Amino acid sequence: MSLDPATVRRIAKLARIRLTDDEVPRLEGELNAILGYVEQLSEVDVDGVQPLSGGAQMAMRLRDDAVTDGNYPDKILANAPDRIGNFFAVPKVVE
Amino acid sequence: MTMLDMSIAEALAALAAKKISAVELTDAHLTAVEALNPRLNAFITITADQARAQARAADAARAAGDAPALSGIPIAMKDLFCTEGVRTTAGSNILEPFIPPYESTVSARLKAAGAVMLGKANLDEFAMGSSNITSAYGAVENPWQRDDGAKLVPGGSSGGSAAAVAARMAMGATGTDTGGSIRQPAAFTGIAGIKPTYGRCSRFGIVAFASSLDQAGPMARTVEDCAILLGAMSGFDERDSTSADRPVPDFRAACARGVQGLRIGIPREYRVDGMAPEIETLWQSGIDWLKRAGAEIIDVSLPHTRYGLPVYYIVAPAEASSNLARYDGVRFGARVDGADLIDLYERTRAAGFGAEVKRRIMIGTYVLSAGYYDAYYLRAQKVRALMLRDFNQAFAKVDAILTPTAPSAAFAIGEKMDDPVTMYLNDVFTVPSNLAGVPAMSVPAGLDARGLPLGLQVIGRHFDEETVFAVAGALERAAMFTAMPAVRAGAGS
Repeated sequence: MSLDPATVRRIAKLARIRLTDDEVPRLEGELNAILGYVEQLSEVDVDGVQPLSGGAQMAMRLRDDAVTDGNYPDKILANAPDRIGNFFAVPKVVE
Repeated sequence: MTMLDMSIAEALAALAAKKISAVELTDAHLTAVEALNPRLNAFITITADQARAQARAADAARAAGDAPALSGIPIAMKDLFCTEGVRTTAGSNILEPFIPPYESTVSARLKAAGAVMLGKANLDEFAMGSSNITSAYGAVENPWQRDDGAKLVPGGSSGGSAAAVAARMAMGATGTDTGGSIRQPAAFTGIAGIKPTYGRCSRFGIVAFASSLDQAGPMARTVEDCAILLGAMSGFDERDSTSADRPVPDFRAACARGVQGLRIGIPREYRVDGMAPEIETLWQSGIDWLKRAGAEIIDVSLPHTRYGLPVYYIVAPAEASSNLARYDGVRFGARVDGADLIDLYERTRAAGFGAEVKRRIMIGTYVLSAGYYDAYYLRAQKVRALMLRDFNQAFAKVDAILTPTAPSAAFAIGEKMDDPVTMYLNDVFTVPSNLAGVPAMSVPAGLDARGLPLGLQVIGRHFDEETVFAVAGALERAAMFTAMPAVRAGAGS
């Protein structure tokens, strides 16, 4: 499987990363090298193997469904690049 | 011996005996930081005022009879741990303005144990790298020098932590290890470092890279110092859903236990092509040392070892692409304005992330995308399960496993940088323990022909860091590694 420039642009779009035109061929080469390297996994027999998703050898813990934190909007907004009152501000989304 | 050459254990004894004060110890280290950081670039942020205040508080507390486990010990904090009120960058431009309103659990525990934070240590951007050259705040220089005088990398991603400890700018440091980021820099700088079992240290407040692999751990100049630090860093935290609700053993006591009667596994698959002959020789020395100390050496097989890197380079980018989706220029971090919201996201992320981070986000996005998920991500998770099975089968026969830490000594800035895959090969011996979640430690064990340090790695069973410390302690006593880097505080250079 080999990525073409159009696929590189599509992935960048999905990842929300703007690419310049000269970045595309470089990334195409690098991503194809990585995908070529991981290709060797296709030789492993994984029939009937349950996938391992986590590092923890235990069941996921549950906690009480209760509000235990909050009520400090100024702390939450202290790092906001732009704010209006107690809201994060972004460019207009709906015309 | 100056204060700067003391181990943490020795400094704690000197503090307890009132031979030195925490203020003196901190001032000596801050002076070292001031002298060496312009060259080594080990710290992104230096918190001198806060450190002096913490040292004064430690002296006052000790005078009042209260001296917790690390009272007055100056350490470096990898700049991946959120520290309340102190800028936390993760080595990235996108977090350049970020001042966390909260403290990570690990740094809070160290603070509560009386440790003094000298500053935030440099690292590869978002901990993605094996050389510390991907940091947006500049590369870190390894304090060790090679015979040709080339500037060497300290390893990565915890390269600033490693350089600071090796150069005597800090007595210990925190690191994080997703695929070798504590152990490989420890080996490259002649210090010790342990990645504990997944779940041992809380991940709360650590900037996430790959959540199923990330684990915090200590770096220090002796095995015992790592044990002291890990004891303070470990423990259950309800704010991390994968934190292990288990008691924290006495790691320090385990260091002196010895290896009499222990069974040590030697995995044949770790003899890889292109490994430096000196590493092969050092590995054999490690085997001989443990045998002489009373251990039984047993050949074991970890048949899926060679698939560790390809699994890692699917799983880690996949998790990273999800974790790093939060950096969108809206709630925190840097923003680049755009015509609309999508434009803002794309411009913010294009400007905020470096090349290696973009590469990994894109690989991760691709392997999780519709049509490719099964072929890449799901298959990688299945091979990951086989790697865990390999370890479980080996640990039915042995108590610990001995391997080299890295396939080479530290390389020069500019070497191994032809393509991403060549750089990734650095992690061939360290990645499998992250995938399986088992603890693993690097111990400085010798020098190569060019005078550079090499490390041996001890891998243990889940939650059996005590045996890892016991074996690492035995290796340390046998290796008698006393070499010091050319660039260090007090060396007069």
